[in-house]
Amino acid sequence: MNPVQAAAGLVFEEPLLWERGRPGRMGYSLPRRDVEETPVPEALAAEPPEIPELSEVDLVRHYVRLSQWNVAVDTAMYPLGSCTMKYNPKTNERQAALPGFALAHPLLPEALCQGALELIAALECLLAEITGLDAVSLQPGAGAQGELAGMLIFHAFHRRQGRPRSKILVPDTAHGTNPASAALCGYRAVPVASGGQGILEPEAVARLMDEETAGIMITNPNTLGLFEGHVAEIARIVHAKGGLVYGDGANMNAVLGRVDLGRIGVDVLHLNLHKTFATPHGGGGPGAGPVCVTRRLAPFLPVPRVVHREGRFFWSEDFPLSIGKLQAFWGNFGVLVRAYAYILSMGANHLEEVSRLAVLNANYLRVGLRGDYEPAHDRPCMHECVFSDARQRPHGVTTLDIAKRLMDYGFHPPTVYFPLVVPGALMIEPTETESKEMLDLFLAAMAAIAAEAREQPELLREAPRRCLRRRLDEVQAARKPRLTGSPPAP
Amino acid sequence: MMRYLPHTPEETAAMLAAVGVDDLERLFDVIPPECRRTRPMTLPGPMSEWELNRHMDGLAARVTPWSRARVFLGAGSYPHFIPEAVRFVTQRSEFVTAYTPYQPEMSQGTLQAIFEYQTLTARLLGLEVANASMYDGASALAEALLMAVRLTGRRAVAISRAVHPLYRRVAATYLDPAGIERRELDFGPEGTTDPARLADARQIAAVAVQSPNVFGCLEPLAAFAARAHEGGALCVAAFSEPLAFGLFASPGSLGADIACGEGQSLGIPPSFGGPGLGMFAARLAHVRQMPGRLVGETHDLEGRRGFVLTLSTREQHIRREKATSNICTNNSLCALAAAAYLACLGKRGLRELARLNRDKAEYLKRGLAAQGVRPAFPAPTFNEFTAVFPPGFRERYLRLAENGLVAGFPLERWYPELSDHYLLCATEVHERADLDALIAEVRP
Repeated sequence: MNPVQAAAGLVFEEPLLWERGRPGRMGYSLPRRDVEETPVPEALAAEPPEIPELSEVDLVRHYVRLSQWNVAVDTAMYPLGSCTMKYNPKTNERQAALPGFALAHPLLPEALCQGALELIAALECLLAEITGLDAVSLQPGAGAQGELAGMLIFHAFHRRQGRPRSKILVPDTAHGTNPASAALCGYRAVPVASGGQGILEPEAVARLMDEETAGIMITNPNTLGLFEGHVAEIARIVHAKGGLVYGDGANMNAVLGRVDLGRIGVDVLHLNLHKTFATPHGGGGPGAGPVCVTRRLAPFLPVPRVVHREGRFFWSEDFPLSIGKLQAFWGNFGVLVRAYAYILSMGANHLEEVSRLAVLNANYLRVGLRGDYEPAHDRPCMHECVFSDARQRPHGVTTLDIAKRLMDYGFHPPTVYFPLVVPGALMIEPTETESKEMLDLFLAAMAAIAAEAREQPELLREAPRRCLRRRLDEVQAARKPRLTGSPPAP
Repeated sequence: MMRYLPHTPEETAAMLAAVGVDDLERLFDVIPPECRRTRPMTLPGPMSEWELNRHMDGLAARVTPWSRARVFLGAGSYPHFIPEAVRFVTQRSEFVTAYTPYQPEMSQGTLQAIFEYQTLTARLLGLEVANASMYDGASALAEALLMAVRLTGRRAVAISRAVHPLYRRVAATYLDPAGIERRELDFGPEGTTDPARLADARQIAAVAVQSPNVFGCLEPLAAFAARAHEGGALCVAAFSEPLAFGLFASPGSLGADIACGEGQSLGIPPSFGGPGLGMFAARLAHVRQMPGRLVGETHDLEGRRGFVLTLSTREQHIRREKATSNICTNNSLCALAAAAYLACLGKRGLRELARLNRDKAEYLKRGLAAQGVRPAFPAPTFNEFTAVFPPGFRERYLRLAENGLVAGFPLERWYPELSDHYLLCATEVHERADLDALIAEVRP
């Protein structure tokens, strides 16, 4: 089996938009003018901005060429750990583009948008059922804003109790957004070291938890791909001191249908719809980060909320304890439509199968890689597995080199240098939508790279060679930032 | 067999054998009983693709899109025609199904597209740098105010009451828990905010005004910038309709230090309010306090031009709790759409389209005035304005709406003192006949 998936094909160089443009072209079909011109008061008039001018052909060719420089889930396996790049079903794009959804104004009178309100209410119910929590807001615009919503709920809850708190426990395996979101509420993040088994130990939490601490943020399964088996006991410890438990649900895709977050003792959880519910990531968004809570925290959810009365759906602002608004309107509705369509396509049984196969795929890679790479924790994992470059470093080869060399084989690299607790981490998450033969090709590529690291390490250090560009100088980019193109000639 | 799940039973069995487990459920042995669900999930489905289409068509049919009715709503979300070429390139799989461009050699398409977006945004807003996007206009404003607090070390901000009320509420959500004081500047009878009200520029981090503001009126931004700068504060210019800068002076050219707002108008469908596009531009001198991702130009080993994410020491994945923002995923695909839309229009097309938007609104304004429905404020406007409808219009408004004519937005919902004030928007999608229909319907 030839593990090289990458083939050299013809791709095209493409200049920047303003290098392509020629004054006098236009790609837009201006609507017929059916009203007279109204002169602009002189004091207000200004020269229009220097926007390049392209014909429609130029424009399409420009972006199609750029698109060909990307590797995406639709072109190749994309095993970015904790980013969960699973297949994005095409039917979901169709649903989001329906005129009733895509061309609906957010401030339509409620009588004119019942279908959209019903979808929001229905998706809230589905996510409550899936997580085991009681109430849901779909407003946060991405996972990090869902985290912020969660921290604001902590903040509002403690203030309501009459005892604002100043600290928050954040495990050392957490996503960087966790401490950053907590800091926005004025919380000081107190790191909790994970134990030798890669998971949190109740004693460590008990030592740090006090009545100045608002609670704890736990990602479960964590970023080492391990289930936090003591989570229920940790929740009891935190609750006993009046604290709350935040669940970072980024990795919910591993435990669908198996775990009841409410039973565990999680008070607030956010979900990343692109991870678990197959919405496309768009090269960096848009996402959606619904926040799910227990009944006692429901009054704090963002407003407005959809309520159902006498067979009609309405927006309600009547939640005086709410943390307020996070987005101007109701959240990333277009993303919500896709997630809703995905859940309906799957049903309960297939969603459970998603977790089974995601975990099977990750373990299959874990077992297949441990002969060549150093596992961070050599025991069964959930949705992702973490290795390091410990066995390659003696050959002068680092995780970065391994990642870049994988590109020459036609695979997007895994997440690298995260979690921070594993030096030189390679965090691999295949997802359930990769087939056995694709995983076998990936394993063969990784084995070939391990052999190259021993025998021809320069192949790795000089990689990639098959991409549009060779290694890019990131130091130069940061030292002398060039963040916009040259100003146009006067 | 579910079409997204490729495993055949034989493959699953072979993989289980490789892992050394005899049953799929054994993979979950690490989950203790006290964490487990006590009952299986109860969900509808699974639906076949055909069934799903029928179900979704049914829901969507119970929403009135602007394409099927006469909807004169703006107020932060604007109906604009999206050229098919823009929609087409934005739907390219390679853009849609890629992740954040952490590995630049495999993501040059997204990176160059975002670099182009940053450049066009900086030019449109008249500032030196723009980030790769925020969630929406409201959160962009909140982040701008936090940035001003970091830059000045002052812990109060002044915000005009004519800034979109929903933006102000989001700003409150972000600022209040951090203990940052918000002072409100009221608007006057002209529909704009008087810079003379800004008496305390030495104590505040920034003054935020929106132009065109929520009533559609152009604010005296230059005067605000001058006052803010005298007191060592920043001038934050919010906006909800960036098409206005195809016709009127940009916020940067009027002295704003940060321009932030909603870019939905630029080739992004309204989608019931999201996803939109948080646009954010600032001065180069302030770049290290900027929130959000930035793409920068560099070169590869062979000296060829290329692009990377840069200045990431500002960001949460490096700086954790000391980051300039907690933002990670932003609205990259929407930013790409905005750049493609702007380039599709080009400089002259942008000017022409902006002019047409204003002319449609002016036609509507005049037509209404001829019927005795007067504009509420004298200040100049772009493609939306506030009109005072006959007393008791509310009932007619609802009846008209159910018949497919939405006569603007009743501002009383946000400003109790503005009863009978309706915010009306007209763009290139409204034909003269649509405007005439509205004029005929609101006659006192």
